[in-house]
Amino acid sequence: MSGGRGQAGLLSARGLRREYGRGAGLVRAVDGIDLEVAPGEALAVIGPSGSGKSTLLHLLGGLDRPTAGEIWLAGERVDRLGEKALARLRRDAVGFVFQAFHLMDELTAAENIELPALLAGRSPRAARRRALDLLERVGLADRAGHLPSALSGGQRQRVAVARALANEPLLVLADEPTGNLDSAATLDVLRLLESLRTAGQTLVVVTHDARIAATADRLISMRDGAFIDESWLAAQPPPRPVALAGLGG
Amino acid sequence: MQQEVVLALLAKEPSHGYQLRARLAKALGPLGEEMNAGQIYVTLSRLEKAGLVACEPSAGLPDRPDRKMYGLTAAGQQRVSAWLAEVSWPRPDLAEFHLKLIAAAAARLADPIAIVDAQRRELMRRLRDAQRAAMAEPDHSDAGLLLEGIVLRLQADLRWLEACERNWSRREVRS
Repeated sequence: MSGGRGQAGLLSARGLRREYGRGAGLVRAVDGIDLEVAPGEALAVIGPSGSGKSTLLHLLGGLDRPTAGEIWLAGERVDRLGEKALARLRRDAVGFVFQAFHLMDELTAAENIELPALLAGRSPRAARRRALDLLERVGLADRAGHLPSALSGGQRQRVAVARALANEPLLVLADEPTGNLDSAATLDVLRLLESLRTAGQTLVVVTHDARIAATADRLISMRDGAFIDESWLAAQPPPRPVALAGLGG
Repeated sequence: MQQEVVLALLAKEPSHGYQLRARLAKALGPLGEEMNAGQIYVTLSRLEKAGLVACEPSAGLPDRPDRKMYGLTAAGQQRVSAWLAEVSWPRPDLAEFHLKLIAAAAARLADPIAIVDAQRRELMRRLRDAQRAAMAEPDHSDAGLLLEGIVLRLQADLRWLEACERNWSRREVRS
């Protein structure tokens, strides 16, 4: 663990800001956020569109860089990492789930899932085995050879969740995972997120779908780039069963 | 007529019964039209007997209920504060919650947004519980169907809370 200074959370942010534009056109998309996420915690951030919740998620996952503030993941400060190190972090330590799935259209379900593992240098055989395990876990074992175009929206999102888990990430970040889904498909994704939570996967989801938010242990409301309300949905803060693992392994 | 609603409308300032009726009619729109004129006086006299409001007849006029000026007693003030802080949803009484926000804002007793937030916390907890219970049910179970109804109701309530939040944030900006 490099640079660990006894950070309590798996993920933490201090004084986080992200501004766009300047002068009269200045937009403070994220405006001074402090956040601590414990290992194994499922956190939901809710808020109206334009409240900055997606920007926050992008900052936390290293898809975007803050204007000011710090982000720590497993004891490592990530907001100052170089491009290469940041790309590695996104590939190995963080799993992303997006509203629009972002699957590769020309690859089968199994190929989409094994891609991150292959990029991380795993053997094709190990990557394929992991992909098939994950397909089983998301209830799509019989769809391994299907192209995304042959899958329903809910199935595509389950493949995307499986892909997010390919490299056993420390953290899964989901941005409106049910935004494009009907209610039956939403239920499938809901069950899947619930199973991740009970398995101790650290999870941060931003959403305006109350059903998705209600799977979380903790709920934060965001408005105008800032946190305005926080509540525990679980009766008390959850136990912390997952050991804090360093990024370097 | 919910007694606390009448009390809360008095929190801003002592009022005549007809003024209260006008405020309720404005807040409730067509829903308020069902309210009969006598109801508010019945409620006021009950509240007076309970020691929650006190009234003084207007000087020089005959002692008729519609001439009296009603105001909160200390006990009445306490009841209003308790009502504002209370989160109750099993009775899905939208009008009561709506009036709570209006009364809280008018009397500057509480931030309507904070009341919305408290309500949302409670509903989200209920949604979480109902949803987990629903997911634990086998497909097509009778209990599952009931739980689905509860989940759908809670979702609708939460969406309305979003609308309340938008509305009251806008008013804050305006004022």
